[in-house]
Amino acid sequence: MTHGLTDAQFLNTVASFLGPYYIVLALMNGIAALYLWRTGTAKTWFSIRTGDQTFPFTSAIIWLLVAFVFIIMSPLAWSGNGAWMPSMPEAIREAVNRSTGPVVYSVGTVVLLSILFVFRRFFVNPTVAWVIWNLMLLFLGLSMTDRDFYEIVAKPDNVPIVMLVLLLAYFTWLATYRAVINDDRIARGEAPLEALDNEKVLVWPDLVYTELICMIALTAFLIFWAIALPAPLEEPASSVKTPNPSKAPWYFLGLQEMLVYFDPWMAGVVLPSLIVVGLMAIPYIDFNKSGNGYYTINQRKFAYIIFQFGFLVMWITLIVLGTLLRGPNWNFFGPYEFWDAHKVEALDNVNLSQIFWERFLDRPMPMAPSGSPFAVQAGYILLRESLGIILTLGYFIALPPLMALTVFRKYYQRMGLIRFMLMANLMLFMASLPIKMVLRWVFNLKYIIAIPEWFLNF
Amino acid sequence: MMSPRWGLGRRDLNSQLADMPLSDTIRESQIWKSIFRHPMPVDRRNRIVVMLTNFFLHLHPVSIKKQGIALSYTWCMGGVTFFLFLVETVTGVLLMFYYRPTVEWAYTDIQALRDVTSLGILREIHRWGAHAMVITVWLHMYRVFLTGSYKPPREFNWVVGVILLLLTLLLSFTGYLLPWDQLAVWAITVGSNMARATPVLGHEGPLQQLLSVGGVDMITNASDARFALLGAREVGEETLNRFYILHCIAIPLGVALLLAIHFWRVRKDGGISGPL
Repeated sequence: MTHGLTDAQFLNTVASFLGPYYIVLALMNGIAALYLWRTGTAKTWFSIRTGDQTFPFTSAIIWLLVAFVFIIMSPLAWSGNGAWMPSMPEAIREAVNRSTGPVVYSVGTVVLLSILFVFRRFFVNPTVAWVIWNLMLLFLGLSMTDRDFYEIVAKPDNVPIVMLVLLLAYFTWLATYRAVINDDRIARGEAPLEALDNEKVLVWPDLVYTELICMIALTAFLIFWAIALPAPLEEPASSVKTPNPSKAPWYFLGLQEMLVYFDPWMAGVVLPSLIVVGLMAIPYIDFNKSGNGYYTINQRKFAYIIFQFGFLVMWITLIVLGTLLRGPNWNFFGPYEFWDAHKVEALDNVNLSQIFWERFLDRPMPMAPSGSPFAVQAGYILLRESLGIILTLGYFIALPPLMALTVFRKYYQRMGLIRFMLMANLMLFMASLPIKMVLRWVFNLKYIIAIPEWFLNF
Repeated sequence: MMSPRWGLGRRDLNSQLADMPLSDTIRESQIWKSIFRHPMPVDRRNRIVVMLTNFFLHLHPVSIKKQGIALSYTWCMGGVTFFLFLVETVTGVLLMFYYRPTVEWAYTDIQALRDVTSLGILREIHRWGAHAMVITVWLHMYRVFLTGSYKPPREFNWVVGVILLLLTLLLSFTGYLLPWDQLAVWAITVGSNMARATPVLGHEGPLQQLLSVGGVDMITNASDARFALLGAREVGEETLNRFYILHCIAIPLGVALLLAIHFWRVRKDGGISGPL
């Protein structure tokens, strides 16, 4: 996208975005300060004493100062001069590039989200959340001057993903904030927030005007977006020139990322179908009556954790990984790394049957004599893959009853056989992806069952 | 004493109209009154009546719990998604005026749309609106889950919602092909390649040998799930035509029907969710 631009021209392009960007950040903090001041909710963080006078530094003043910092950063960024523009230090960029990879990214996301979840009481604090929000946006702004970062983030069809991440951060905060308050209220025996405003209002004007304002704001936003960012139009289609990387539309890139760990029949057909079926099954599996119509976590922790693991971890972070961090040949590239098509990554993945026969038993894999009838060949194939088949069948068939007898005993009693089996199998299918990921990272395991003869690799 | 309107002579009527503000004149006209069955609702009675007698507004109830319309509770994401669907419909119809779904013309029509046509942001609004719709429909699902609003009695409406979410993705996916540039064709190629690995029904899928008669495979690259999707062995003329019709007619009709059911069920299941 920035091909053929000199570095100076590139910086000019970024500058025309970053200048207004920092002004928006300044306005954002200014409005926050104004809000805190006008509503009288500003808290004094510390005071400076001069003689007998004290000057209180309230949160409103702090955010106003932050706004001033952004105001100063704006013209610097707008200058388009590399020496003046605030940018991420080279050392940090190098360190990030060196330290990130699929493992660090995936495990890191899970750890980060777990920390956010466990310490949610701390992180939903509006001040803490506002600090994190500012840091996220500052990180984005500072990184934009990096050419490789800009290439992937500002690609027109990738812009929605940046918006998605920011929107999800905001809405997850909002939902958790309310859930924490509600959980406290419920623990004290009070009704949730949502039960407080129970008086009825007329839809005209209270709702229809809100809708009208929403529609106008959204139309304005769409028109602004459409003018600011032209829709992509690449070269005319050619069936001989394969782009590298070839990517599906961004909302399917979580599925494409799964192709690293599963064959297409799993990643592209079975698992997506099960996602749809699993989503539809949620209301019929979740027998918990409480938590209907208000935000809560404590009253439905199990459902909450499973859903968030599926949505935030396995759907959203895989999309972000597939879109922003997967380059040519589907290799992993750090956020500030050049997409080098010649980057070579050693692929020495092995199948479970290879590990079992060749490494563990130290003998050649069973192979039918050539020209033998189908039944004999099938027998040899099944023998070759017997360990994987037993493990897989055990996982899907033997594990659910075990779960019913042990950890999920109470669930099984409440749910009955069919419901429980449905839930257990859906959960096991969901868990198969992280399990496969870990096996790949730790043992370089390619397939648990590898029957390429029948296109049946699992 | 005021004389009744119809008792005035022509000259009197004209002078009276001249005294009225134009807006009142319009609102008093037979045309206006024939369309809007009630005056601008300023009192409680008319605010109730307008909700019952207006076709568009009758989707809503007359009154609603205050927290049911609080943005911090609903995020307005369902409504935003619906509005984006309308935006996509309008801009989509306008785009159809300029676009011919053939390999010969598709790309050049989009080029012309970009370079020649006035109102040159039509395609941008359509494309960014589509991306936004995918995001907002996910956020809507997210909110409905986090508030437990799928719980009885709203189980079935959640199912309808999941299907609508799937159709939104398919709408976006089929539309992605239409510009017929490298981005479009290869995204659809990569996406649809998965279908050839469909178990039993894909020619490179597991168990496809099950469907063979007398040693002849029934499932080949000219008869499998991918072929059904693309209308050909490769993404080509037939695919463009197929995706165009799916994108402009088939899926939107399905979405419209399911939307009607979705909205109707929201009302029948007790309105926007809240603590029981």
